[in-house]
Amino acid sequence: MKVLAAMSGGVDSAVAAARLRDAGHDVTGVHLALSAKPATMREGARGCCSVEDSRDARRCADVLDIPFYVWDMAARFRDDVVEPFVAEYAAGRTPNPCLRCNEKIKFSAVLERARALGFDAVGTGHYARLSDGVLRRAADPDKDQSYVLGVLRPDQLAGALFPLGGSPKTEVRAEASERGLVVAEKPDSHDICFIPSGDTRGFLAERIDEAPGEMVGPDGEVVGHHRGVHDFTVGQRHGLGIGRPAPDGRPRYVLGLEPVSRTVRVGPAEELDVTALHATDPVWLAEAPTDCVVQVRAHGGLAAATVRVDDDGVEVTLDEPLRGVAPGQAVVFYRPEPGGDVVLGSATIASTSR
Amino acid sequence: MTYLDHAATTPMLPEAAATLTEALGRVGNASSLHSAGRRARRAIEESRETIAQAVGALPSEVVLATGGTEADNLALKGLYWARRTADPRRTRVVVSAAEHHAVLDAGEWLAEHEGAVLDVLAVDAEGRADPAALKALLDDHGHEVAVVSVMWANNEVGTVNDVAALAEVAHAHGVPIHTDAVQAVGAVPVDFAASGVDALSLTGHKLGGPVGVGALLLRRDTPCTPLLHGGGQERDVRSGTLDVPGTMSLATAVRAAVADVDRRTTTLTALRDDLVARVMAEVPDARLNGVPLDRPGERLPGNAHLSFPGCEGDSLLMLLDARGIECSTGSACTAGVARPSHVLLAMGLDEDLARGSLRFSLGHNSTAADVDAVVEAIGPVVERARRAGDALARS
Repeated sequence: MKVLAAMSGGVDSAVAAARLRDAGHDVTGVHLALSAKPATMREGARGCCSVEDSRDARRCADVLDIPFYVWDMAARFRDDVVEPFVAEYAAGRTPNPCLRCNEKIKFSAVLERARALGFDAVGTGHYARLSDGVLRRAADPDKDQSYVLGVLRPDQLAGALFPLGGSPKTEVRAEASERGLVVAEKPDSHDICFIPSGDTRGFLAERIDEAPGEMVGPDGEVVGHHRGVHDFTVGQRHGLGIGRPAPDGRPRYVLGLEPVSRTVRVGPAEELDVTALHATDPVWLAEAPTDCVVQVRAHGGLAAATVRVDDDGVEVTLDEPLRGVAPGQAVVFYRPEPGGDVVLGSATIASTSR
Repeated sequence: MTYLDHAATTPMLPEAAATLTEALGRVGNASSLHSAGRRARRAIEESRETIAQAVGALPSEVVLATGGTEADNLALKGLYWARRTADPRRTRVVVSAAEHHAVLDAGEWLAEHEGAVLDVLAVDAEGRADPAALKALLDDHGHEVAVVSVMWANNEVGTVNDVAALAEVAHAHGVPIHTDAVQAVGAVPVDFAASGVDALSLTGHKLGGPVGVGALLLRRDTPCTPLLHGGGQERDVRSGTLDVPGTMSLATAVRAAVADVDRRTTTLTALRDDLVARVMAEVPDARLNGVPLDRPGERLPGNAHLSFPGCEGDSLLMLLDARGIECSTGSACTAGVARPSHVLLAMGLDEDLARGSLRFSLGHNSTAADVDAVVEAIGPVVERARRAGDALARS
């Protein structure tokens, strides 16, 4: 096959490209430039869009002896990932930009362009197993990224290759070292690539106007004020800016965000427990299940659940309560299997109930 | 492989490579007083004389440097500083909008860090800097201008400026003028003295010499403040131990290239015209940028710069590369990202068309087979790139 290997400049995508080449594919490396004004040097371990990362990717492609190009996806990334990310926060929801990037950029804009240019598939360094259209969790449970891929449609998965899904990360690093790839010891990127400082609140504050409102306790009492619902995520404990403790002395958490009335609801931890949620815009890779396991955020947040598809989306009833379920995040549906939990589909969490 | 990127760098001439490799085994610092030093100095000075003779300069006007970027920076900054020192009112720097980044960015740096005011002289739809426009600017601001820089020939679209006319305008206002002739020397006739310019950049690797050696031709009566301080080599304008093998090889290449200009002009013009005509036959809506081919003296013989509506230049580049054809989008890169060329935008192309452009640049060893390869590939490549462009617009 003619395969386009998306190369971020990190160790995973470099080894993925190497494995694709070794598997006999005709591989071309592409680095996606996602920032209109990339920083020259990486800042710490974060980010993946600096000129230095682009050079790392090129260096790996040269070692692998595959052609390499940089594709400018900055405008698409801004329109389809960054701006919706900001808008979601402004609307009191908690988006996952990595998931959106997979859905809208890597396996949409990039895949479509690759197909038009004569490629059969896009390969990435994601940790997930994919064969015959069946997407499963990675063999390395700590690295599993099936959650951020669960949003892909069957036609998108048909053009995807994830050659690292069966390997633990340590093996991938060792392999990079054996192959002479200079990125073998490069730290993992984490957080959000377009916020290299890691300061999400500061990033949002520059882009969202202040919309001050009240912070309201369990009985409707005003316990404080805030600069805008975008400063908060459901389940957040720190940085609430409430001077005095709750009457019972227990910590308070963000329970809900109401952007229209500009209200942040806070309360004790047990009120974060969610027993049901409603999600919209489902994507199914298999027949919609009735009983399954759901995951409601990128790390953790698993529970057995009963699923009912309705006209508005999906009603999910959890067998046991989950804490910190934020509207805007995806719920991904899994069927447990010994060979790796199978992804059945996903939907976007719209509301939760206790 | 079909190499049609000679404007980026051209293969070394065999005689230049031979000169270089032979000289690499020798020892000698041209500043030393012993016999090895004398031998090195003699080699340098003979090379300097050879270069000077080939381009109509005096040997003492040849300031050896590492190449076009250094020569351009030395000219812009050195002439600016020297002129401003002599007359503090002279703080304006005039460059054409189609300059290479080595000139443009040096000018911008002077504006940001040295209190200069940068005047960017518009170019016409063919990429040419108009002497009348320069005159109009200098009529208003001539007494404030420290230096003018307008390239001899454009690296992207190949447009040749009327450098002598521009120099006349600059001098009428008492302003020194520099020209970046990196693409011109060895491609079109270049005579430093006859052109009237005060400074001229040339580099080895664009004319069949080695990378890393070039020169700034600098009139003896033109003050220039050095960028590099040290041993006082090169008239105290450019310190640094001289590269004897590189300079010898540069001289060999300059002499050979300049001697070959007439033959190359005939050969490359014919190949280039054939390439353009046949590509246009394959892709009827392709568009030639720059000077029309019926005015050959105003365009570099080896330059064919074409826009393909509906295509992304980097898609075209990638698809041609996959077929063994090496050319360029001719645009600046940030993290390797293709931005629309500032030259094409200055010529009035819209951004989409500017993005869908390719530069094929022929050189001393180009053949009819190279042209055939492009003609054979271009139709399917453009068709596929258009589909990719459509896909991107749709998705």
